[in-house]
Amino acid sequence: MSVALDDRPTNASGHGRLLVLALTWLAPAIVAAAFLWLIGDVVLRGIGGVDWNFIVDVPRNAGRAGGIAPIIVSTFLVILVCVAVAVPLSLFAALFLAEFSRASVPMSRIIRLSLNCLAAVPSIVFGIFGNALFCVALGMGYSILSGGLTLACMVLPILIRTMENAIRAVPEDYRLGAAALGLSKSQVIIRVILPLSIPGLLVGLLLGVGRALAETAALVFTSGYVDRMPSSLLDSGRTLSIHILDLSMNVAGGDKNAYASVLVLGVLILVINSGIAALLFFSKRRSGLTS
Amino acid sequence: MYYPPRSKDWLAHKLLLFSSRSAAAVSASVLVLAIAVVTLESLPAIRDIGLWRMLSDESWHPSSDSFGLAPMLLGTVLVTVLAIVIAAPLAVVSAVFRQFYAPRALGGIYRRLIELLAGIPSVVFGLWGLTVLVPLISRIEPPGASLLAASLVLALMILPTIELISATALADVPHHHYLAARALGLSREQAVWKVVMPSAVSGICAGTILGVARAAGETMAVMMVAGNVVQFPDSVFAPVRTLSANIALEVAYAVDLHRASLFASGLIMIIMTLFAFCCAEAIAHSRKSYRVGRA
Repeated sequence: MSVALDDRPTNASGHGRLLVLALTWLAPAIVAAAFLWLIGDVVLRGIGGVDWNFIVDVPRNAGRAGGIAPIIVSTFLVILVCVAVAVPLSLFAALFLAEFSRASVPMSRIIRLSLNCLAAVPSIVFGIFGNALFCVALGMGYSILSGGLTLACMVLPILIRTMENAIRAVPEDYRLGAAALGLSKSQVIIRVILPLSIPGLLVGLLLGVGRALAETAALVFTSGYVDRMPSSLLDSGRTLSIHILDLSMNVAGGDKNAYASVLVLGVLILVINSGIAALLFFSKRRSGLTS
Repeated sequence: MYYPPRSKDWLAHKLLLFSSRSAAAVSASVLVLAIAVVTLESLPAIRDIGLWRMLSDESWHPSSDSFGLAPMLLGTVLVTVLAIVIAAPLAVVSAVFRQFYAPRALGGIYRRLIELLAGIPSVVFGLWGLTVLVPLISRIEPPGASLLAASLVLALMILPTIELISATALADVPHHHYLAARALGLSREQAVWKVVMPSAVSGICAGTILGVARAAGETMAVMMVAGNVVQFPDSVFAPVRTLSANIALEVAYAVDLHRASLFASGLIMIIMTLFAFCCAEAIAHSRKSYRVGRA
Protein backbone atom coordinates (compact mmCIF):
# COMPACT_ATOMS: atom_id res chain seq x y z
CA MET A 1 0.00 0.00 0.00
CA SER A 2 1.16 3.48 -0.69
CA VAL A 3 0.00 4.87 2.66
CA ALA A 4 2.28 4.13 5.54
CA LEU A 5 0.15 4.53 8.64
CA ASP A 6 0.82 3.23 12.08
CA ASP A 7 -0.42 -0.34 12.10
CA ARG A 8 0.50 -1.18 15.66
CA PRO A 9 -2.40 -2.68 17.60
CA THR A 10 -4.07 -0.14 19.85
CA ASN A 11 -6.12 -0.48 23.03
CA ALA A 12 -8.77 -3.13 23.61
CA SER A 13 -9.17 -4.39 20.06
CA GLY A 14 -5.46 -5.17 19.72
CA HIS A 15 -5.70 -8.93 20.11
CA GLY A 16 -8.63 -9.15 17.73
CA ARG A 17 -6.70 -7.20 15.13
CA LEU A 18 -3.67 -9.42 15.52
CA LEU A 19 -5.90 -12.44 15.01
CA VAL A 20 -7.38 -10.96 11.82
CA LEU A 21 -3.89 -10.12 10.60
CA ALA A 22 -2.70 -13.67 11.29
CA LEU A 23 -5.69 -15.18 9.47
CA THR A 24 -5.13 -12.87 6.52
CA TRP A 25 -1.63 -14.26 6.08
CA LEU A 26 -2.66 -17.81 6.96
CA ALA A 27 -5.24 -18.24 4.15
CA PRO A 28 -2.89 -17.52 1.24
CA ALA A 29 -0.24 -19.61 2.98
CA ILE A 30 -2.63 -22.59 3.02
CA VAL A 31 -3.48 -22.08 -0.65
CA ALA A 32 0.16 -21.77 -1.63
CA ALA A 33 1.07 -24.85 0.41
CA ALA A 34 -1.67 -26.92 -1.26
CA PHE A 35 -0.53 -25.72 -4.67
CA LEU A 36 3.12 -26.55 -4.02
CA TRP A 37 2.13 -29.92 -2.58
CA LEU A 38 0.21 -30.76 -5.76
CA ILE A 39 2.85 -29.48 -8.17
CA GLY A 40 5.62 -31.10 -6.16
CA ASP A 41 3.88 -34.47 -6.24
CA VAL A 42 3.24 -34.24 -9.97
CA VAL A 43 6.82 -33.32 -10.79
CA LEU A 44 8.45 -35.79 -8.39
CA ARG A 45 6.28 -38.73 -9.46
CA GLY A 46 6.27 -37.87 -13.13
CA ILE A 47 9.85 -36.86 -13.83
CA GLY A 48 11.20 -40.42 -13.63
CA GLY A 49 8.84 -41.65 -16.34
CA VAL A 50 9.45 -39.02 -18.98
CA ASP A 51 12.22 -39.59 -21.48
CA TRP A 52 12.48 -39.56 -25.26
CA ASN A 53 11.20 -43.13 -25.49
CA PHE A 54 8.07 -42.19 -23.56
CA ILE A 55 7.26 -39.56 -26.18
CA VAL A 56 7.90 -41.68 -29.28
CA ASP A 57 6.85 -45.16 -28.14
CA VAL A 58 3.36 -46.69 -28.34
CA PRO A 59 1.55 -47.67 -25.11
CA ARG A 60 2.15 -51.27 -24.07
CA ASN A 61 0.39 -53.42 -21.49
CA ALA A 62 -2.67 -51.09 -21.34
CA GLY A 63 -0.42 -48.09 -20.86
CA ARG A 64 1.55 -49.39 -17.87
CA ALA A 65 4.64 -49.54 -20.05
CA GLY A 66 5.69 -47.98 -23.31
CA GLY A 67 4.95 -44.40 -24.30
CA ILE A 68 2.27 -42.04 -25.48
CA ALA A 69 3.09 -41.29 -29.14
CA PRO A 70 -0.40 -42.14 -30.56
CA ILE A 71 -2.00 -40.26 -27.68
CA ILE A 72 -0.05 -37.11 -28.46
CA VAL A 73 -1.00 -37.44 -32.13
CA SER A 74 -4.69 -37.91 -31.26
CA THR A 75 -4.59 -34.93 -28.91
CA PHE A 76 -3.20 -32.70 -31.65
CA LEU A 77 -5.72 -33.99 -34.19
CA VAL A 78 -8.67 -33.35 -31.88
CA ILE A 79 -7.40 -29.85 -31.20
CA LEU A 80 -6.80 -29.29 -34.90
CA VAL A 81 -10.41 -30.20 -35.74
CA CYS A 82 -11.66 -28.02 -32.88
CA VAL A 83 -9.56 -25.03 -33.98
CA ALA A 84 -10.36 -25.46 -37.68
CA VAL A 85 -14.08 -25.27 -36.92
CA ALA A 86 -14.18 -22.88 -34.00
CA VAL A 87 -11.68 -20.22 -35.09
CA PRO A 88 -13.30 -19.08 -38.38
CA LEU A 89 -16.73 -19.22 -36.76
CA SER A 90 -15.58 -17.22 -33.74
CA LEU A 91 -13.67 -14.70 -35.83
CA PHE A 92 -16.69 -13.83 -37.93
CA ALA A 93 -19.05 -13.89 -34.96
CA ALA A 94 -16.67 -11.57 -33.09
CA LEU A 95 -16.53 -9.29 -36.14
CA PHE A 96 -20.30 -9.16 -36.14
CA LEU A 97 -20.48 -8.29 -32.44
CA ALA A 98 -17.68 -5.73 -32.57
CA GLU A 99 -18.12 -4.08 -35.98
CA PHE A 100 -21.54 -4.81 -37.45
CA SER A 101 -23.90 -4.36 -34.51
CA ARG A 102 -24.30 -2.08 -31.55
CA ALA A 103 -24.23 -3.64 -28.09
CA SER A 104 -27.77 -2.46 -27.37
CA VAL A 105 -29.40 -4.09 -30.40
CA PRO A 106 -31.63 -7.04 -29.34
CA MET A 107 -29.91 -9.38 -31.79
CA SER A 108 -26.48 -8.83 -30.33
CA ARG A 109 -27.83 -8.98 -26.77
CA ILE A 110 -29.44 -12.33 -27.49
CA ILE A 111 -26.20 -13.65 -29.00
CA ARG A 112 -24.20 -12.47 -26.01
CA LEU A 113 -26.66 -13.96 -23.53
CA SER A 114 -26.70 -17.25 -25.39
CA LEU A 115 -22.90 -17.42 -25.43
CA ASN A 116 -22.64 -16.58 -21.72
CA CYS A 117 -25.11 -19.35 -20.93
CA LEU A 118 -23.18 -21.73 -23.17
CA ALA A 119 -20.03 -20.93 -21.20
CA ALA A 120 -21.82 -22.00 -18.02
CA VAL A 121 -22.94 -25.40 -19.32
CA PRO A 122 -20.96 -28.21 -17.61
CA SER A 123 -18.55 -30.10 -19.83
CA ILE A 124 -20.15 -33.48 -19.20
CA VAL A 125 -23.34 -32.10 -20.75
CA PHE A 126 -21.32 -31.19 -23.85
CA GLY A 127 -20.08 -34.77 -23.72
CA ILE A 128 -23.52 -36.37 -23.89
CA PHE A 129 -24.73 -33.73 -26.36
CA GLY A 130 -21.81 -34.51 -28.67
CA ASN A 131 -22.37 -38.20 -28.19
CA ALA A 132 -26.05 -37.97 -29.13
CA LEU A 133 -25.58 -35.54 -32.03
CA PHE A 134 -22.22 -36.28 -33.66
CA CYS A 135 -21.59 -39.90 -32.71
CA VAL A 136 -25.11 -41.31 -32.98
CA ALA A 137 -27.43 -39.01 -34.96
CA LEU A 138 -24.85 -37.93 -37.55
CA GLY A 139 -23.22 -41.33 -37.61
CA MET A 140 -19.63 -40.28 -36.97
CA GLY A 141 -19.25 -42.79 -34.14
CA TYR A 142 -16.55 -42.45 -31.53
CA SER A 143 -14.08 -40.46 -33.58
CA ILE A 144 -11.58 -37.64 -33.51
CA LEU A 145 -14.01 -35.69 -35.67
CA SER A 146 -16.86 -36.02 -33.14
CA GLY A 147 -14.52 -35.06 -30.31
CA GLY A 148 -13.14 -32.04 -32.13
CA LEU A 149 -16.60 -30.80 -33.08
CA THR A 150 -17.87 -31.19 -29.51
CA LEU A 151 -14.87 -29.27 -28.23
CA ALA A 152 -15.47 -26.57 -30.83
CA CYS A 153 -18.99 -26.02 -29.43
CA MET A 154 -17.49 -25.82 -25.98
CA VAL A 155 -14.72 -23.30 -26.64
CA LEU A 156 -16.88 -20.99 -28.78
CA PRO A 157 -17.85 -18.61 -25.96
CA ILE A 158 -14.30 -18.00 -24.70
CA LEU A 159 -12.96 -17.66 -28.25
CA ILE A 160 -15.63 -15.18 -29.31
CA ARG A 161 -15.27 -13.12 -26.14
CA THR A 162 -11.49 -12.71 -26.42
CA MET A 163 -11.61 -12.09 -30.18
CA GLU A 164 -14.34 -9.48 -29.78
CA ASN A 165 -12.27 -7.72 -27.13
CA ALA A 166 -9.22 -7.86 -29.40
CA ILE A 167 -11.12 -6.23 -32.25
CA ARG A 168 -12.66 -3.61 -29.98
CA ALA A 169 -9.23 -2.77 -28.58
CA VAL A 170 -8.21 -1.23 -31.91
CA PRO A 171 -8.59 2.52 -31.22
CA GLU A 172 -11.43 4.36 -32.92
CA ASP A 173 -8.87 6.74 -34.47
CA TYR A 174 -7.61 3.98 -36.74
CA ARG A 175 -11.10 3.34 -38.09
CA LEU A 176 -11.78 7.03 -38.63
CA GLY A 177 -8.36 7.64 -40.14
CA ALA A 178 -8.73 4.75 -42.56
CA ALA A 179 -12.24 5.86 -43.50
CA ALA A 180 -10.98 9.42 -44.04
CA LEU A 181 -8.42 8.05 -46.49
CA GLY A 182 -11.30 6.66 -48.53
CA LEU A 183 -11.23 3.00 -47.49
CA SER A 184 -14.57 1.26 -47.46
CA LYS A 185 -15.73 -0.49 -44.31
CA SER A 186 -14.74 -3.93 -45.56
CA GLN A 187 -11.30 -2.60 -46.52
CA VAL A 188 -10.94 -0.99 -43.10
CA ILE A 189 -11.73 -4.31 -41.46
CA ILE A 190 -9.51 -6.45 -43.69
CA ARG A 191 -6.54 -4.09 -44.01
CA VAL A 192 -6.51 -2.17 -40.75
CA ILE A 193 -8.50 -3.73 -37.96
CA LEU A 194 -7.74 -7.42 -38.42
CA PRO A 195 -3.95 -6.99 -38.87
CA LEU A 196 -3.83 -4.77 -35.78
CA SER A 197 -5.78 -7.22 -33.66
CA ILE A 198 -3.76 -10.30 -34.61
CA PRO A 199 -1.98 -10.59 -31.23
CA GLY A 200 -5.32 -10.44 -29.41
CA LEU A 201 -6.87 -12.94 -31.80
CA LEU A 202 -3.94 -15.28 -31.17
CA VAL A 203 -4.51 -14.94 -27.43
CA GLY A 204 -8.09 -16.11 -27.99
CA LEU A 205 -6.87 -19.01 -30.07
CA LEU A 206 -4.37 -20.08 -27.41
CA LEU A 207 -6.97 -19.80 -24.63
CA GLY A 208 -9.23 -22.08 -26.64
CA VAL A 209 -6.43 -24.57 -27.22
CA GLY A 210 -5.63 -24.51 -23.51
CA ARG A 211 -9.24 -25.28 -22.63
CA ALA A 212 -9.30 -28.06 -25.21
CA LEU A 213 -6.09 -29.62 -23.87
CA ALA A 214 -7.45 -29.70 -20.34
CA GLU A 215 -10.80 -31.16 -21.29
CA THR A 216 -11.77 -34.70 -20.39
CA ALA A 217 -15.48 -35.03 -19.72
CA ALA A 218 -16.57 -33.72 -23.12
CA LEU A 219 -14.24 -36.10 -24.95
CA VAL A 220 -14.65 -39.44 -23.19
CA PHE A 221 -17.93 -40.17 -25.00
CA THR A 222 -17.10 -38.47 -28.27
CA SER A 223 -13.50 -39.14 -29.24
CA GLY A 224 -13.32 -42.34 -27.28
CA TYR A 225 -10.72 -44.52 -25.61
CA VAL A 226 -8.79 -46.27 -28.38
CA ASP A 227 -5.05 -45.85 -27.87
CA ARG A 228 -3.84 -46.95 -31.31
CA MET A 229 -2.31 -44.52 -33.76
CA PRO A 230 -5.27 -42.93 -35.60
CA SER A 231 -5.19 -43.38 -39.37
CA SER A 232 -8.02 -40.97 -40.16
CA LEU A 233 -10.22 -38.38 -38.50
CA LEU A 234 -12.99 -40.98 -38.29
CA ASP A 235 -10.88 -43.20 -36.03
CA SER A 236 -11.36 -43.05 -32.31
CA GLY A 237 -8.45 -41.31 -30.63
CA ARG A 238 -7.49 -41.05 -26.98
CA THR A 239 -6.32 -37.63 -25.83
CA LEU A 240 -3.75 -37.03 -23.10
CA SER A 241 -6.30 -36.18 -20.43
CA ILE A 242 -8.38 -39.27 -21.21
CA HIS A 243 -5.19 -41.35 -21.09
CA ILE A 244 -4.52 -39.99 -17.60
CA LEU A 245 -8.09 -40.73 -16.54
CA ASP A 246 -7.95 -44.26 -17.91
CA LEU A 247 -4.56 -45.08 -16.38
CA SER A 248 -5.60 -43.90 -12.94
CA MET A 249 -9.16 -45.29 -12.89
CA ASN A 250 -9.07 -48.50 -14.92
CA VAL A 251 -5.46 -49.69 -14.96
CA ALA A 252 -3.97 -50.99 -11.72
CA GLY A 253 -0.33 -49.94 -11.57
CA GLY A 254 -0.77 -47.24 -14.19
CA ASP A 255 -0.03 -44.39 -11.78
CA LYS A 256 3.58 -43.96 -12.81
CA ASN A 257 2.79 -43.42 -16.47
CA ALA A 258 -0.28 -41.38 -15.52
CA TYR A 259 1.97 -38.92 -13.68
CA ALA A 260 4.43 -38.92 -16.56
CA SER A 261 1.56 -38.05 -18.93
CA VAL A 262 0.45 -35.31 -16.55
CA LEU A 263 3.93 -33.84 -16.78
CA VAL A 264 3.78 -33.83 -20.59
CA LEU A 265 0.31 -32.24 -20.46
CA GLY A 266 1.56 -29.71 -17.91
CA VAL A 267 4.46 -28.70 -20.13
CA LEU A 268 2.10 -28.21 -23.09
CA ILE A 269 -0.22 -26.04 -20.98
CA LEU A 270 2.72 -24.04 -19.62
CA VAL A 271 3.95 -23.40 -23.16
CA ILE A 272 0.51 -22.14 -24.14
CA ASN A 273 0.20 -19.94 -21.04
CA SER A 274 3.63 -18.46 -21.66
CA GLY A 275 2.63 -17.81 -25.27
CA ILE A 276 -0.40 -15.89 -24.06
CA ALA A 277 1.65 -13.90 -21.56
CA ALA A 278 4.28 -13.07 -24.20
CA LEU A 279 1.66 -12.00 -26.75
CA LEU A 280 -0.05 -9.74 -24.22
CA PHE A 281 3.27 -8.26 -23.17
CA PHE A 282 4.54 -7.54 -26.67
CA SER A 283 1.27 -6.28 -28.09
CA LYS A 284 0.99 -3.81 -25.22
CA ARG A 285 4.53 -2.61 -25.70
CA ARG A 286 4.46 -2.30 -29.46
CA SER A 287 1.30 -0.41 -30.17
CA GLY A 288 -0.32 0.51 -26.91
CA LEU A 289 -3.17 -1.83 -27.79
CA THR A 290 -4.53 -4.12 -25.14
CA SER A 291 -6.81 -7.05 -25.47
CA MET B 1 -21.67 4.16 -45.97
CA TYR B 2 -22.74 4.22 -49.62
CA TYR B 3 -21.37 1.65 -52.02
CA PRO B 4 -22.04 1.73 -55.74
CA PRO B 5 -24.07 -1.43 -56.35
CA ARG B 6 -22.22 -4.40 -57.86
CA SER B 7 -18.82 -2.78 -57.38
CA LYS B 8 -15.97 -4.80 -55.90
CA ASP B 9 -16.38 -3.07 -52.56
CA TRP B 10 -20.09 -3.67 -52.52
CA LEU B 11 -19.51 -7.37 -53.02
CA ALA B 12 -16.80 -7.53 -50.37
CA HIS B 13 -19.01 -5.70 -47.92
CA LYS B 14 -22.01 -7.94 -48.60
CA LEU B 15 -19.86 -11.05 -48.26
CA LEU B 16 -18.30 -9.91 -45.02
CA LEU B 17 -21.64 -8.85 -43.58
CA PHE B 18 -23.30 -12.09 -44.62
CA SER B 19 -20.58 -14.35 -43.23
CA SER B 20 -20.27 -12.50 -39.94
CA ARG B 21 -24.04 -12.47 -39.48
CA SER B 22 -24.37 -16.16 -40.17
CA ALA B 23 -21.39 -17.02 -37.97
CA ALA B 24 -22.98 -15.07 -35.12
CA ALA B 25 -26.31 -16.80 -35.68
CA VAL B 26 -24.68 -20.24 -35.78
CA SER B 27 -22.71 -19.55 -32.59
CA ALA B 28 -25.80 -18.34 -30.79
CA SER B 29 -27.82 -21.38 -31.84
CA VAL B 30 -25.31 -23.87 -30.38
CA LEU B 31 -26.91 -23.39 -26.96
CA VAL B 32 -30.39 -23.97 -28.37
CA LEU B 33 -29.13 -27.01 -30.25
CA ALA B 34 -27.46 -28.46 -27.16
CA ILE B 35 -30.57 -27.99 -25.01
CA ALA B 36 -32.79 -29.36 -27.79
CA VAL B 37 -30.67 -32.48 -28.31
CA VAL B 38 -30.44 -33.25 -24.60
CA THR B 39 -34.16 -32.63 -24.12
CA LEU B 40 -35.07 -34.79 -27.11
CA GLU B 41 -32.91 -37.64 -25.84
CA SER B 42 -34.43 -37.42 -22.38
CA LEU B 43 -38.05 -37.29 -23.57
CA PRO B 44 -38.64 -41.06 -23.21
CA ALA B 45 -37.54 -40.86 -19.59
CA ILE B 46 -39.69 -37.83 -18.83
CA ARG B 47 -42.68 -39.47 -20.55
CA ASP B 48 -42.35 -43.04 -19.27
CA ILE B 49 -40.79 -42.52 -15.88
CA GLY B 50 -41.75 -38.97 -15.03
CA LEU B 51 -39.90 -36.42 -12.97
CA TRP B 52 -41.68 -37.42 -9.78
CA ARG B 53 -40.50 -41.03 -9.91
CA MET B 54 -36.95 -39.91 -10.64
CA LEU B 55 -37.00 -38.01 -7.36
CA SER B 56 -38.98 -40.46 -5.26
CA ASP B 57 -37.81 -43.92 -6.42
CA GLU B 58 -36.03 -45.69 -3.60
CA SER B 59 -32.89 -46.58 -5.47
CA TRP B 60 -30.98 -46.38 -8.74
CA HIS B 61 -31.25 -49.74 -10.52
CA PRO B 62 -32.05 -48.85 -14.12
CA SER B 63 -32.01 -52.52 -15.17
CA SER B 64 -34.83 -53.36 -12.72
CA ASP B 65 -36.91 -50.28 -13.49
CA SER B 66 -35.89 -48.14 -10.56
CA PHE B 67 -34.71 -44.64 -11.39
CA GLY B 68 -34.20 -42.72 -8.15
CA LEU B 69 -31.88 -39.79 -8.73
CA ALA B 70 -32.34 -38.42 -5.22
CA PRO B 71 -29.10 -39.85 -3.76
CA MET B 72 -27.12 -38.41 -6.67
CA LEU B 73 -28.86 -35.04 -6.37
CA LEU B 74 -28.06 -34.96 -2.66
CA GLY B 75 -24.50 -36.07 -3.44
CA THR B 76 -24.05 -33.19 -5.87
CA VAL B 77 -25.50 -30.68 -3.41
CA LEU B 78 -23.40 -31.93 -0.47
CA VAL B 79 -20.13 -32.06 -2.40
CA THR B 80 -20.77 -28.59 -3.83
CA VAL B 81 -21.78 -27.00 -0.52
CA LEU B 82 -18.83 -28.49 1.35
CA ALA B 83 -16.42 -27.41 -1.39
CA ILE B 84 -17.76 -23.85 -1.29
CA VAL B 85 -17.60 -23.75 2.51
CA ILE B 86 -13.92 -24.71 2.30
CA ALA B 87 -12.97 -22.63 -0.74
CA ALA B 88 -14.91 -19.37 -0.37
CA PRO B 89 -13.36 -18.09 2.89
CA LEU B 90 -9.86 -19.04 1.74
CA ALA B 91 -10.43 -17.39 -1.63
CA VAL B 92 -11.95 -14.16 -0.27
CA VAL B 93 -9.27 -13.73 2.38
CA SER B 94 -6.62 -14.49 -0.25
CA ALA B 95 -8.06 -11.75 -2.42
CA VAL B 96 -8.01 -9.31 0.51
CA PHE B 97 -4.43 -10.34 1.20
CA ARG B 98 -3.42 -9.74 -2.39
CA GLN B 99 -5.15 -6.35 -2.64
CA PHE B 100 -4.33 -4.81 0.74
CA TYR B 101 -1.59 -6.69 2.57
CA ALA B 102 0.87 -8.34 0.24
CA PRO B 103 4.01 -6.47 -0.75
CA ARG B 104 3.92 -5.73 -4.47
CA ALA B 105 6.26 -8.50 -5.56
CA LEU B 106 4.65 -11.14 -3.35
CA GLY B 107 1.19 -10.14 -4.58
CA GLY B 108 2.32 -10.56 -8.17
CA ILE B 109 3.77 -13.99 -7.48
CA TYR B 110 0.62 -15.02 -5.64
CA ARG B 111 -1.55 -13.89 -8.55
CA ARG B 112 0.58 -15.95 -10.91
CA LEU B 113 0.20 -18.94 -8.61
CA ILE B 114 -3.58 -18.60 -8.57
CA GLU B 115 -3.67 -18.33 -12.37
CA LEU B 116 -1.56 -21.47 -12.71
CA LEU B 117 -3.89 -23.25 -10.30
CA ALA B 118 -6.82 -22.18 -12.48
CA GLY B 119 -5.13 -23.70 -15.53
CA ILE B 120 -4.58 -27.17 -14.09
CA PRO B 121 -6.81 -29.72 -15.87
CA SER B 122 -9.46 -31.37 -13.72
CA VAL B 123 -8.13 -34.83 -14.45
CA VAL B 124 -4.83 -33.82 -12.81
CA PHE B 125 -6.66 -32.77 -9.65
CA GLY B 126 -8.46 -36.09 -9.79
CA LEU B 127 -5.27 -38.12 -10.18
CA TRP B 128 -3.60 -36.25 -7.34
CA GLY B 129 -6.65 -36.65 -5.13
CA LEU B 130 -6.83 -40.34 -5.89
CA THR B 131 -3.17 -41.09 -5.23
CA VAL B 132 -2.41 -38.62 -2.42
CA LEU B 133 -5.54 -37.40 -0.63
CA VAL B 134 -7.57 -40.61 -0.70
CA PRO B 135 -4.85 -42.74 0.98
CA LEU B 136 -4.41 -40.01 3.61
CA ILE B 137 -8.14 -39.88 4.35
CA SER B 138 -8.42 -43.66 4.43
CA ARG B 139 -5.89 -43.65 7.25
CA ILE B 140 -8.34 -41.61 9.33
CA GLU B 141 -11.35 -43.58 8.20
CA PRO B 142 -11.58 -46.05 5.32
CA PRO B 143 -12.36 -46.27 2.45
CA GLY B 144 -10.91 -42.82 1.76
CA ALA B 145 -12.71 -42.19 -1.51
CA SER B 146 -15.43 -40.09 0.01
CA LEU B 147 -17.54 -36.96 0.20
CA LEU B 148 -14.65 -35.28 2.00
CA ALA B 149 -12.07 -36.18 -0.63
CA ALA B 150 -14.35 -34.94 -3.42
CA SER B 151 -15.04 -31.67 -1.61
CA LEU B 152 -11.38 -31.02 -0.87
CA VAL B 153 -10.33 -31.61 -4.48
CA LEU B 154 -13.23 -29.55 -5.75
CA ALA B 155 -12.46 -26.74 -3.30
CA LEU B 156 -8.94 -26.50 -4.68
CA MET B 157 -10.35 -26.40 -8.22
CA ILE B 158 -12.91 -23.61 -7.71
CA LEU B 159 -10.75 -21.52 -5.40
CA PRO B 160 -9.01 -19.68 -8.27
CA THR B 161 -12.35 -18.72 -9.86
CA ILE B 162 -13.62 -17.16 -6.65
CA GLU B 163 -10.25 -15.60 -5.80
CA LEU B 164 -9.79 -13.89 -9.17
CA ILE B 165 -13.36 -12.53 -9.28
CA SER B 166 -13.19 -11.37 -5.64
CA ALA B 167 -9.91 -9.58 -6.25
CA THR B 168 -11.44 -7.81 -9.25
CA ALA B 169 -14.47 -6.83 -7.16
CA LEU B 170 -12.18 -5.46 -4.44
CA ALA B 171 -10.08 -3.56 -6.98
CA ASP B 172 -13.25 -2.07 -8.47
CA VAL B 173 -14.04 -0.26 -5.22
CA PRO B 174 -12.47 3.20 -5.60
CA HIS B 175 -9.21 3.33 -3.70
CA HIS B 176 -10.08 6.68 -2.10
CA HIS B 177 -12.79 4.95 -0.08
CA TYR B 178 -10.05 2.99 1.61
CA LEU B 179 -7.81 6.03 1.96
CA ALA B 180 -10.65 8.12 3.43
CA ALA B 181 -11.41 5.40 5.95
CA ARG B 182 -7.77 5.25 6.97
CA ALA B 183 -7.62 9.04 7.22
CA LEU B 184 -10.60 8.92 9.60
CA GLY B 185 -8.51 6.77 11.89
CA LEU B 186 -9.82 3.31 11.06
CA SER B 187 -7.32 0.49 11.21
CA ARG B 188 -6.42 -1.37 8.04
CA GLU B 189 -8.62 -4.29 9.10
CA GLN B 190 -11.60 -2.04 9.81
CA ALA B 191 -11.13 -0.14 6.55
CA VAL B 192 -10.97 -3.36 4.54
CA TRP B 193 -13.78 -5.30 6.18
CA LYS B 194 -16.17 -2.48 7.13
CA VAL B 195 -15.70 0.01 4.27
CA VAL B 196 -14.35 -1.71 1.18
CA MET B 197 -15.94 -5.14 1.67
CA PRO B 198 -19.59 -3.98 1.73
CA SER B 199 -19.09 -2.40 -1.71
CA ALA B 200 -17.37 -5.47 -3.08
CA VAL B 201 -19.67 -8.08 -1.59
CA SER B 202 -22.06 -8.34 -4.54
CA GLY B 203 -19.18 -8.96 -6.94
CA ILE B 204 -17.78 -11.57 -4.59
CA CYS B 205 -21.18 -13.26 -4.38
CA ALA B 206 -21.41 -13.36 -8.17
CA GLY B 207 -17.97 -14.98 -8.27
CA THR B 208 -18.96 -17.49 -5.61
CA ILE B 209 -22.08 -18.46 -7.53
CA LEU B 210 -20.02 -19.04 -10.65
CA GLY B 211 -17.82 -21.22 -8.43
CA VAL B 212 -20.92 -23.11 -7.31
CA ALA B 213 -21.99 -23.67 -10.91
CA ARG B 214 -18.55 -24.94 -11.82
CA ALA B 215 -18.47 -27.21 -8.77
CA ALA B 216 -21.90 -28.69 -9.45
CA GLY B 217 -20.93 -29.44 -13.04
CA GLU B 218 -17.45 -30.78 -12.42
CA THR B 219 -17.23 -34.41 -13.38
CA MET B 220 -13.90 -36.12 -13.76
CA ALA B 221 -12.05 -34.99 -10.65
CA VAL B 222 -15.09 -35.75 -8.49
CA MET B 223 -15.70 -39.11 -10.12
CA MET B 224 -12.11 -40.13 -9.47
CA VAL B 225 -12.16 -39.49 -5.73
CA ALA B 226 -15.78 -39.67 -4.54
CA GLY B 227 -16.13 -43.45 -4.38
CA ASN B 228 -19.28 -43.40 -6.52
CA VAL B 229 -21.51 -45.53 -4.29
CA VAL B 230 -25.18 -44.63 -4.83
CA GLN B 231 -26.33 -43.87 -1.29
CA PHE B 232 -27.34 -41.13 1.09
CA PRO B 233 -24.04 -40.46 2.88
CA ASP B 234 -24.11 -40.68 6.67
CA SER B 235 -20.80 -38.90 7.23
CA VAL B 236 -18.18 -36.95 5.32
CA PHE B 237 -16.14 -40.14 5.11
CA ALA B 238 -18.86 -42.01 3.23
CA PRO B 239 -18.53 -42.49 -0.53
CA VAL B 240 -21.06 -40.62 -2.67
CA ARG B 241 -21.99 -40.41 -6.31
CA THR B 242 -22.81 -37.09 -7.97
CA LEU B 243 -25.19 -36.53 -10.89
CA SER B 244 -22.31 -35.74 -13.24
CA ALA B 245 -20.29 -38.77 -12.16
CA ASN B 246 -23.38 -40.93 -12.65
CA ILE B 247 -23.62 -39.77 -16.26
CA ALA B 248 -19.93 -40.26 -16.89
CA LEU B 249 -19.90 -43.74 -15.37
CA GLU B 250 -22.91 -45.16 -17.16
CA VAL B 251 -23.56 -43.37 -20.45
CA ALA B 252 -21.04 -45.51 -22.31
CA TYR B 253 -23.14 -48.68 -21.98
CA ALA B 254 -26.61 -47.35 -21.18
CA VAL B 255 -29.46 -48.03 -23.63
CA ASP B 256 -33.13 -47.09 -23.98
CA LEU B 257 -34.77 -45.77 -20.81
CA HIS B 258 -31.52 -45.97 -18.89
CA ARG B 259 -29.79 -43.74 -21.44
CA ALA B 260 -32.78 -41.41 -21.53
CA SER B 261 -32.75 -41.06 -17.75
CA LEU B 262 -29.07 -40.14 -17.89
CA PHE B 263 -29.85 -37.44 -20.43
CA ALA B 264 -32.66 -36.31 -18.13
CA SER B 265 -30.13 -35.85 -15.35
CA GLY B 266 -28.03 -33.89 -17.85
CA LEU B 267 -31.06 -31.71 -18.45
CA ILE B 268 -31.41 -31.20 -14.70
CA MET B 269 -27.77 -30.11 -14.62
CA ILE B 270 -28.33 -27.63 -17.46
CA ILE B 271 -31.31 -26.14 -15.63
CA MET B 272 -29.33 -25.93 -12.39
CA THR B 273 -26.37 -24.15 -14.01
CA LEU B 274 -28.55 -21.76 -16.01
CA PHE B 275 -30.38 -20.91 -12.78
CA ALA B 276 -27.05 -20.23 -11.04
CA PHE B 277 -25.96 -18.16 -14.02
CA CYS B 278 -29.12 -16.04 -13.85
CA CYS B 279 -28.59 -15.48 -10.11
CA ALA B 280 -25.00 -14.36 -10.73
CA GLU B 281 -26.17 -12.00 -13.48
CA ALA B 282 -28.92 -10.55 -11.29
CA ILE B 283 -26.47 -9.92 -8.45
CA ALA B 284 -23.90 -8.41 -10.79
CA HIS B 285 -26.56 -6.04 -12.15
CA SER B 286 -27.74 -5.06 -8.69
CA ARG B 287 -24.16 -4.04 -8.06
CA LYS B 288 -24.35 -1.54 -10.88
CA SER B 289 -27.44 0.17 -9.46
CA TYR B 290 -25.79 0.18 -6.05
CA ARG B 291 -22.87 2.09 -7.47
CA VAL B 292 -24.77 4.83 -9.21
CA GLY B 293 -24.29 7.14 -6.28
CA ARG B 294 -20.58 6.61 -5.88
CA ALA B 295 -18.08 9.34 -6.45
